[in-house]
Amino acid sequence: MNGSICRLCDIECGETARVLSLSDENLLKERLSDLGFTEGTVVECIMKSPLGDPTAFLIRGAVIALRRDNSKHIAVEVMS
Amino acid sequence: MKSDKKTVIALAGNPNVGKSTLFNELTGLHQHTGNWPGKTVAIAEGICKKNGRVYKLIDLPGTYSLSAHSAEEELARDFINSGESDAVVVVCDATCLERSLILALQIISMTNNVIVCINLMDEARKKGIVIDSRELSISLGVPVVETAARSRKGISSLLDCVDKLSEKGNEEEEKTELPTENFAAHAAEIAGRCISGNGTGYTKRARRIDKVLTSRAFGFPLMLFMLALIFWITIEGANYPSGALSKLFTSLEAPFFDFLLYLKLPDAVCRALVFGVWRVLSWVVAVMLPPMAIFFPLFTLLEDLGYLPRVAFNLDRAFRACSSCGKQSLTMCMGFGCNAAGVVGCRIIDSPRERIIAMLTNSFVPCNGRFPALITLIGIFFLRNTDSPFSSLFSALLLTLIILFGISATFAASKLLSKTFARGEPSSFALELPPYRRPQIVKVIIRSVFDRTLFVLGRAICISAPAGLIIWLLANTFLGGVSTLSYLAGLLYPFGKMMGLDGVILICFILGLPANEIILPLIIMTYTANGTLTELSDISSVARILSENGWTALTALNTMLFSLCHWPCATTLMTIKKESGSIKWTLLAALLPTAFGIAVCLLTRFISALF
Repeated sequence: MNGSICRLCDIECGETARVLSLSDENLLKERLSDLGFTEGTVVECIMKSPLGDPTAFLIRGAVIALRRDNSKHIAVEVMS
Repeated sequence: MKSDKKTVIALAGNPNVGKSTLFNELTGLHQHTGNWPGKTVAIAEGICKKNGRVYKLIDLPGTYSLSAHSAEEELARDFINSGESDAVVVVCDATCLERSLILALQIISMTNNVIVCINLMDEARKKGIVIDSRELSISLGVPVVETAARSRKGISSLLDCVDKLSEKGNEEEEKTELPTENFAAHAAEIAGRCISGNGTGYTKRARRIDKVLTSRAFGFPLMLFMLALIFWITIEGANYPSGALSKLFTSLEAPFFDFLLYLKLPDAVCRALVFGVWRVLSWVVAVMLPPMAIFFPLFTLLEDLGYLPRVAFNLDRAFRACSSCGKQSLTMCMGFGCNAAGVVGCRIIDSPRERIIAMLTNSFVPCNGRFPALITLIGIFFLRNTDSPFSSLFSALLLTLIILFGISATFAASKLLSKTFARGEPSSFALELPPYRRPQIVKVIIRSVFDRTLFVLGRAICISAPAGLIIWLLANTFLGGVSTLSYLAGLLYPFGKMMGLDGVILICFILGLPANEIILPLIIMTYTANGTLTELSDISSVARILSENGWTALTALNTMLFSLCHWPCATTLMTIKKESGSIKWTLLAALLPTAFGIAVCLLTRFISALF
C-alpha cells in the first residue's frame, strides 16, 4: 500500500496518509480546509463508526469525523 | 482610559477549546444569553470587574473559520469587523494548537487588537506538550497569554494584557508580515517552530477508550446502558424530593386560603386560586423540578466528559439514512430532560433543513414530564410484583423499550419530513471528537441548574398558572347535570374509543397542553368527579380507579403511546415558534406527532381486535 494513491475514504484504520488534493467543489473545499485538510497535511485514520460511516481522522492534533460522501473528495498518498 | 467606560472584549475560537469555561470564569454569574436581532444564534454577554475597571465580555459562537458559511460564522465575522470590541481574544487549545492557529491567523489578518490566549495549558503539560509562547508571540506579532481557565490560572494576566492593548489604542505599529491566505500551511509552519515535547493531544488512553466506545461489539450496548442508568438514577433520585416538595406545598395550601379570605375575596375566587391555580402550579413544580435537577447535571457531566460527540459519531449513519445528521441524537438526549431544552439545543446543527427536522421531531422522545405517568402505568399494568427489589430496574427496562419506540418514531418522522416538507440532500458533515476531560462536578451542577433547569421551570410556571384556572373552571361549572369537563369528555368518547382510549383520556391530553405532568392526575380527577387535582401517592387506589373505569392493558399501552406521540407541550411549541420564526413549522410540529399517535393507536386497537 505504501506510496499508493487513493481517496481518503479508502484508507484503513491505523493507516497514515498525506493529502494530495481536494476536489474542486468550492464550498466543500473551503469547509475542509477550514478544518485543516489542506495539501501536504498528514492524516491518520483512527476509527470507523460501528455502522461503517462516518470515519474519524486524526489531523493536526484534533480528531475529526467525516462522512464518506465528503472524504471521497480528498485524494491522498498512503504513507504507512 | 476612564473607569466608567467599559472595555469590550470579544472571545473567539474553535468549538471545544474551553472558551465558555474562560467566559464563565471571567464573568461568574453576571451574564445573560440573548438572541441577536434577526439571528437565531445565541450570544452570551457578561460583565467582569477588576481593580475598578469594568469589562464587557462577548462570547462569540465557536467556529472553525470566518468564511461565513453558517449563521455562527457570519455573526462572529461581522462582530469582529464591526470594530465594536477593544480587544479580540482568540482562545486556542494548547493540546491542539496547530488547528486553533488557523482561525487565529484569519482573525489577525482581519483586525488589530488581537490577543491570542492559549487555554488548557495544564492539560497540555500533562500530555507532554511544550509550547514556546514567546516564540509564538513573535511569529504572530500579537501578545500571547497562557491560561488554564478551569483552575483560573492566567486570567488576571489576560486582563492585564487587554488593559495594555487598549491603552495603547490604535497606534499603527510595525506588524509582522503575515499571509492573507493559505492560513493552514502557515499555521503548520508556526506550530512546528513553537511546539516541542513528544506529547500529543490525542493520547494513547483516549485512543483505547475510543476504540471501545465506538466498537461494533460495545458501542451500542454501552450507549443503551448509559441511557438506562441515567433514567434509573433520575427516577429513583427524584422520588423523595418530589414527595417532600409536594407535602410542603400542600401544607401551605390552608394558610394561603386563609390569607385570601382575609383579603375579603369572594369565596369562589379563593377556591379557584387555591384549588385551581395553586394546586396545578405546585403539582408541576413538585413533579418537574427534582427530576430535571438530577437529569440535567448528569447530562451535562456526559457532555463535559466528551462522551456525547461519540454518541453522535456512532449514530450518524442511521440519521443520514433519514437525510439528517448524528447531532440530532444529542438534541434528542436533551429532549429527555425537556423537549423545550432539546429544541433550543438544535442550534448545534449546522444545516437549517436538518435543524428544522430535529426541532419538529424532538417531542417523540419523552421528556421528564411524561416519565412519572409512564412509570405509574407500567407499574400498574405490566409489572407482576412491585415489591420485588428488582422492580425499579425492570420498570426502567420497560421504560427503555417505550423510549426505543419513541426513537423509532423519530426516525420515521425525520424520514417522512425529508421526503415531504423539508426535502433535501444530507449536507456535508464534520464532527469533532474532542479529547476526554475530567468534568468539574460542582460547577456542572451549578451551571446546569441555572442554565437549563430554572429556565425551563420558569416557562412552565408561566403557562401552568392560567391553565390551572381553566381546569378548575371546567371541573366546577356544570352542563346538563355533569361538570363541563365530563360533558366534553362525553363528546370525545366515540373518537377516544376508536383509538382504544376514552373521552376522558383525550380531553385530559388536550387540557394537559401546558404541561404533560398533569395529564394522569387530571384523568383521575375527572373519573372521581373531584373538583381538584389529588395526590397519586397511593398506587393501588389509582389502579382501582382506572380499572373501575374500564382500563385494560390496551388502554394503558395506548395512553403511553399517545403520551409519546401527541402535540408537544405549550412551552415546547412556544420555543419552536421562537427558534424557527415560523407559524407553519410550529403547526406542523403539533400536527405531525399527533397524526402519528392517532395512527399508532388505531393500529394497536385493530391488532388487538384480531385476537
